[in-house]
Amino acid sequence: MKIDLEFTLNGKNVSIETEPGKRLLDLLRKDFKLTGTKEGCSIGECGACTILLDKLAVNSCLILAGQINGSDIITIEGINEADVLHTLQQKFLEHGAVQCGFCTPGMIISAYALLLEKPDPSYEDILNALEGNLCRCTGYKQIISAVQDSAKEMMQD
Amino acid sequence: MKKEFSVVGKPVIRQDGIEKVTGKSKFADDLVFPDMLFGVMIRTDHTHAIVKSVDYSKLDTNKFVIVNADDIPGSKKVGAIVKDQPVFCNEKIVTPGDVVAMLVGEDLNELRKAAKSVKVNCEELPVLSDPLKALDENAMLIHPELGSNKIVHYPLRKGDVDKGFGESEYILEEEYSTPLIEHAYIEPECVTAFIEPNGGIKIIGSIQNPHTTRRVVASVLNYPLAKVRVVQAELGGSFGGKDDTMNILSARAAVAALKTGSPVKIKYGREESILESYKRHPYFMKYKVGFNSDGKIKAMKIDITADGGAYASLSPYVTWRSVVQATGPYEIENVHTDVTAVYTNNPYTGAMRGFGSPQPIFAQESIMDEIAIRLNKTPVEIRKINGFKSGSFTASGHKLRDHDVNLFSVLERASDESDFEAKWNENQNGKSFDLFKRFAEKSIFSSEELLVKDDEFCDENIWKNGIGLALSFRGCSLGAEGIDAAAAYFSLQTDGSAYLLSGLAENGQGLRTTFSIIAAEELGISVNDIYYLEQDTGIIADSGPTVASRSTLMGGGAVKNAAEQVRKRLEIIFREKFNLDEKEEIKFANHVVSDYLGKVKIPFKKLVTLASSKGVGLSSVGWYKGPDVYWEEKTGQGEAYFTYAYGCQVAEIKVNIITGEVYIDKITAVHDAGKIINLLGAEGQVYGGVTQGAGYGLWETVDKVEGKIRDLNFDQYLIPTCKDVGDIKPIFIEGEEKYGPWGAKSLGEPTLELGAAAIANAVRNAVGQRHRNLPINLEELILSRKLSPEDLKRGSAV
Ligand code: FES
Ligand code: FES
Repeated sequence: MKIDLEFTLNGKNVSIETEPGKRLLDLLRKDFKLTGTKEGCSIGECGACTILLDKLAVNSCLILAGQINGSDIITIEGINEADVLHTLQQKFLEHGAVQCGFCTPGMIISAYALLLEKPDPSYEDILNALEGNLCRCTGYKQIISAVQDSAKEMMQD
Repeated sequence: MKKEFSVVGKPVIRQDGIEKVTGKSKFADDLVFPDMLFGVMIRTDHTHAIVKSVDYSKLDTNKFVIVNADDIPGSKKVGAIVKDQPVFCNEKIVTPGDVVAMLVGEDLNELRKAAKSVKVNCEELPVLSDPLKALDENAMLIHPELGSNKIVHYPLRKGDVDKGFGESEYILEEEYSTPLIEHAYIEPECVTAFIEPNGGIKIIGSIQNPHTTRRVVASVLNYPLAKVRVVQAELGGSFGGKDDTMNILSARAAVAALKTGSPVKIKYGREESILESYKRHPYFMKYKVGFNSDGKIKAMKIDITADGGAYASLSPYVTWRSVVQATGPYEIENVHTDVTAVYTNNPYTGAMRGFGSPQPIFAQESIMDEIAIRLNKTPVEIRKINGFKSGSFTASGHKLRDHDVNLFSVLERASDESDFEAKWNENQNGKSFDLFKRFAEKSIFSSEELLVKDDEFCDENIWKNGIGLALSFRGCSLGAEGIDAAAAYFSLQTDGSAYLLSGLAENGQGLRTTFSIIAAEELGISVNDIYYLEQDTGIIADSGPTVASRSTLMGGGAVKNAAEQVRKRLEIIFREKFNLDEKEEIKFANHVVSDYLGKVKIPFKKLVTLASSKGVGLSSVGWYKGPDVYWEEKTGQGEAYFTYAYGCQVAEIKVNIITGEVYIDKITAVHDAGKIINLLGAEGQVYGGVTQGAGYGLWETVDKVEGKIRDLNFDQYLIPTCKDVGDIKPIFIEGEEKYGPWGAKSLGEPTLELGAAAIANAVRNAVGQRHRNLPINLEELILSRKLSPEDLKRGSAV
């Protein structure tokens, strides 16, 4: 059985016919060819597959296509305009918060969701927002300072 | 004159960063090819068994292609040192990750179901899971054809230990053990193989060492090396872990691509990744030390058994580093060390960041503190009494000279920075915890005994502070393990931009950026002028593996050499143009070339155009060969490595003595890695390495029963999250060094090897009890024992 889905993906209205039981992660990576969202564990533990679903950071490996009709989805490919990096992306680079980069899209989306909700987050808020995103390379410190610095800069704008 | 640097040593943003933060980077599983098929593995439920038959009768053979050992035209077994690992195990299973055959088809989900319909009929064999029993006379042989379960044994003999112990006022004997550790790169393994139009085979995947993979695939296909081309996709972490496993996966994909004529992709999920990939060796270590009341160590006897698991992999190299470094950075007259790696039916072990050093460092640094405590000295004092200075001899008889022996500098800096001695003394005084004693003495408790009484602890007594340090020296690069040389390709374009590629591969650590900095520095251009090429065995020479923290030193040396060649050619043109004689020093900086005083100058681009109009070659291949080293197998003596890096880490922790939780407040990491090329990258190495070290010290352990892993995903196997480690402070001391680019040495592994030992010493300082078995998790702390079934025999109380 297939169902018709309509939703907003990175600011555009899209529609697709697909199986309701397909994981959102596969829908994004395979059907929409948005491979920036990564798969690291498939069970909701690593956060590499984090996307923004109606302004909330969720693990797309745990969401099924049947659940997303009418919703607003943003992936790593959708947070910056053409050639200008989003502040978070820029700050991740400046702070050395990226090594292998596999966790990076999920990390940035988690931080993005945090700053939507709390533009001036405390240190604790940042830890709470990123706790579900595993990174084996960086030791997190530069990621945390990148998020702090982004918040500061975005507040000024 | 001290060189002034324009790019080297400054924080530089990663070259591959923009693709990574925008999600554009292509990791192995992001690549799709037309008509691509997938390969799915067929395994058994056994740990050790003879394969009697494989029943494919329920399989729809119109839909799926079976690929097994019969399809292999060349070598059916592979291995870096011992060819003991079958690509497909059609005869025998020796560990649960073993793969009998592979199914190839279009749809991954259907393939997974189909793989379950295949029945492998086996005859079970007894399982050998205890490495300490592997060499028993009646032990089951894992590979009977090899005649023994011994993978390798290294002796090291210096002086006369019996005499040394005889002359010692005190003797201390302790046993230590460390667990099996998963690399836990966040990207699981993935590779695609396809046939190239010229008839060769091309492999693209999450591959750490493309040239090693090429060698393995070529031997399995029975192809000449040049007919196999291996390209590295963006690599989602490796830490030494995407070598053997990736070689075998690549070989399987290649065999399948040849059989089907289509591109074949193999991608693992987390469970399969943890199940089949190799890990860090568990070590069982006996240390005996003789010392005198002045603190001087007279003799050390060490006996180490490393669990190599089912295949040899890099065990012979990993354990060789252990034998060289097992006594730590201390000058000891009489040393007797034996390191043995053995086969068992456990998951196999090989290279992982640290490479045979985190284990002995944990033991040796723990015992150093025990000596200090017995002699009423501080950890800093005992290390100063015994530590290496310039001119000291290592255990292998290597006289340390020709470089800054910065052991004391890192130790003093770390200790000053953390106010170590004052804090240590304060914590050390007057500690006694009845709670621990009562748990350690018995194994069965009544419920009353288990309950903490109301008045036993008031809040402020629950947390105990501790501070501990660990100190190490580390041989740089491969040492006597192998031939140490690397290549780089540098090609300047007529407009002043350039291509760069080294034979050592980006593993996520930032090597592309480091290398670009080196080339940019050499020619006075900016890092953005340099375009780093795709890692492809077709265009760059084999440079040995990207391991042993050798990239900056060796690969960087080659890059510098390549850029230097081009620079020299440009210098000639410059001299000609301005009539300068040969002695005149020429400066390349900020896109301008000038004589030393800046009297005559020309924009870099103009000079390049001029040179190219005169037919000067602007491309070069650089080569860097490490100096020769020497090793005497029988006695374990020799100049093992051509230079060493030094590091000291201090851990400040607090222990919750009710729950056993250890919280890391701060780790101060002082490293002499020689010249720092990329400050941002170097700091990133420290943060990452320290965090992995914390995981090793406190939480991580792959729990297995009869070789079968129970922690197959991140819900069970716990790696540190952003909440788990407090402050980390990286400090670099840049010692003078004649090798490597401007004296850059190694950093990646030193940052990881010290943490667990420093934490263990801090726990000792906090609670007054020594924990000799990693990880120091809740049960180790409170009960002094491990609770997982096979680990019951490990633990400080047993
Ligand atoms: S892949 Fe979804 S959380 Fe790990
Ligand atoms: S940068 Fe490699 S996992 Fe985070």
